[in-house]
Amino acid sequence: MKIAVCVKQVPDATVHKRIDPGTKRLDRSGEGALNPTDLNAVEAALRIKEAQGGEVVLVSLGPEKAMESLRKALAMGADRALLVSDDGAAGSDLVGTSTALARALERVEADLVLFGQASSDGDGAVLWAAVADRLRRPLISQVASLTVDGDSVTGKRQTEHGYDLISAPLPAVIAVSDAINEPRYPSLKGIMGAKSKAQETVTLADLGIDAAHAGEAGAKTAVLELGSPPSRGDQVKIEDDGSAAQKILDYVLERRLL
Amino acid sequence: MKAALVFLEHYGDELEKGGLGVLSKAASLGDAAGVVLGPGAGTLAARAGAFGAANAYACEDEALSAPLPQPRVDALAALVEKTGADAVLFAASVLAADVAAGLAARLDAGLNWDLTDLVLSDGDLVGKRPALGDTVLVDVGWTSSPRLALVRAGAFDPVESGGSAEVEEFEASFSDFSTLATLVEQTQEEASGPSIEDADIIVAGGRGLGSPEAFSLLEELAGALGGAVGATRAVVDAGWYPYSTQVGQTGKTVSPKLYVACGISGAIQHKVGMQGSGTIVAINKDPNAPIFDFCDLGVVGDIHQIVPKLTELVRSRQ
Repeated sequence: MKIAVCVKQVPDATVHKRIDPGTKRLDRSGEGALNPTDLNAVEAALRIKEAQGGEVVLVSLGPEKAMESLRKALAMGADRALLVSDDGAAGSDLVGTSTALARALERVEADLVLFGQASSDGDGAVLWAAVADRLRRPLISQVASLTVDGDSVTGKRQTEHGYDLISAPLPAVIAVSDAINEPRYPSLKGIMGAKSKAQETVTLADLGIDAAHAGEAGAKTAVLELGSPPSRGDQVKIEDDGSAAQKILDYVLERRLL
Repeated sequence: MKAALVFLEHYGDELEKGGLGVLSKAASLGDAAGVVLGPGAGTLAARAGAFGAANAYACEDEALSAPLPQPRVDALAALVEKTGADAVLFAASVLAADVAAGLAARLDAGLNWDLTDLVLSDGDLVGKRPALGDTVLVDVGWTSSPRLALVRAGAFDPVESGGSAEVEEFEASFSDFSTLATLVEQTQEEASGPSIEDADIIVAGGRGLGSPEAFSLLEELAGALGGAVGATRAVVDAGWYPYSTQVGQTGKTVSPKLYVACGISGAIQHKVGMQGSGTIVAINKDPNAPIFDFCDLGVVGDIHQIVPKLTELVRSRQ
């Protein structure tokens, strides 16, 4: 079983995130980390590999330094990493990102492609569906539990109304929710071994992608302007002196909320 | 925007109000048509007229009976081609996100998501998207047609205008891979009272409650107010309350008229799921809790004192 896990480097949680007013893009110059919910996808892949054997390949799109973050997943137990890195890919929207990832995934020829739930830097938890369409493979997303049985996969998909149990033949694309597992911490041995695992970086040209179809040049969406969100208006803050419950009720009634 | 298609998701024999809200908004900006997919779609599509749709499209193919995204991509791609629509709009949901992104890939079309508003600027569609934990409001546009958009849950209220829509049924053919995923079984979550997506009032609890038992205080208050109970990720992870009630980045995005946050510190993870609420009342014993920076009424005090008293006061009014 060959499992590809799509992961992403995001600004570390401790970095104050900002949008560069010049490029109108997220400033990615600071410390990076592996997107937290991608760890659930890595963990899910490792568990399948441990039960059934096989290989876990990380696939990512990002700046060259993203490889540093990918090493954390190699330390957890992934076997190798494939990073698509190209200045021409900067500013890619969903169309460009899904094209680059799909091309990279075609190279890997995985039986199962896994995604995490959402990236912490504001990408919309939609990428897998675009990649599945480009790969022409069945998709199950928002999967809270997963079983791989021979040549098919079954996922319990969490929806607004409950759970849908969905089955699909392999090869398939699966996006897991963060409820699926608790990701392991890398062992010291894993950390030591990560550096020597295969880490390949490829360009868009290597994948046969025309620069006009990538990055900002190929984007079908655009950031027009940055502004400030409307403020909530006047705030009231009180300390409870025994009358807070009455004051809350008065406040709510005044605004005709009941 | 010349003509927009609005995907109207349904559950059972009801159209979801998120889609109807987007339809009302789209109709205020230009020509908007509702689209309903699945067996029974024709009857449901006719209801789109009441929310501003001049016309509506329905595809009743059996391949669309399970709530799976990929056959819907095929159907919508066919409809875009047939109608020449220059926008396809969705209310965000687990299903709609997958449909929208699949369609973006299929048509090589731009998709903007998490939009809280849609406006016209010189006749062009522009979306408003809060970013970075809603500290920045970004104006986003499209460089080609069709323009695809996912609108944040609860951003627009459905507005009944009382019109009627002519329903046109259409056929779709399905890609070989689109029908490979199949629905094996569907389990509905037992819910008492309104769900947190539909509730006008939400009483939510976090770590500051001190124990899972304290949720009963919130249930009583929510019951008295006719609202629903929500929870933070921390308490859901700790097993204090069901996952289905989680509000936040990895849970649900809600926008009730009134949100009462009890013992919730206001971590960014939670904030992004509830800051669209009309009025936010926060009760927390820590005067420095971040939630006091983005609530309307902040109360520094003990939940165990205040909440039961408030429940009592609400009940005595009835």
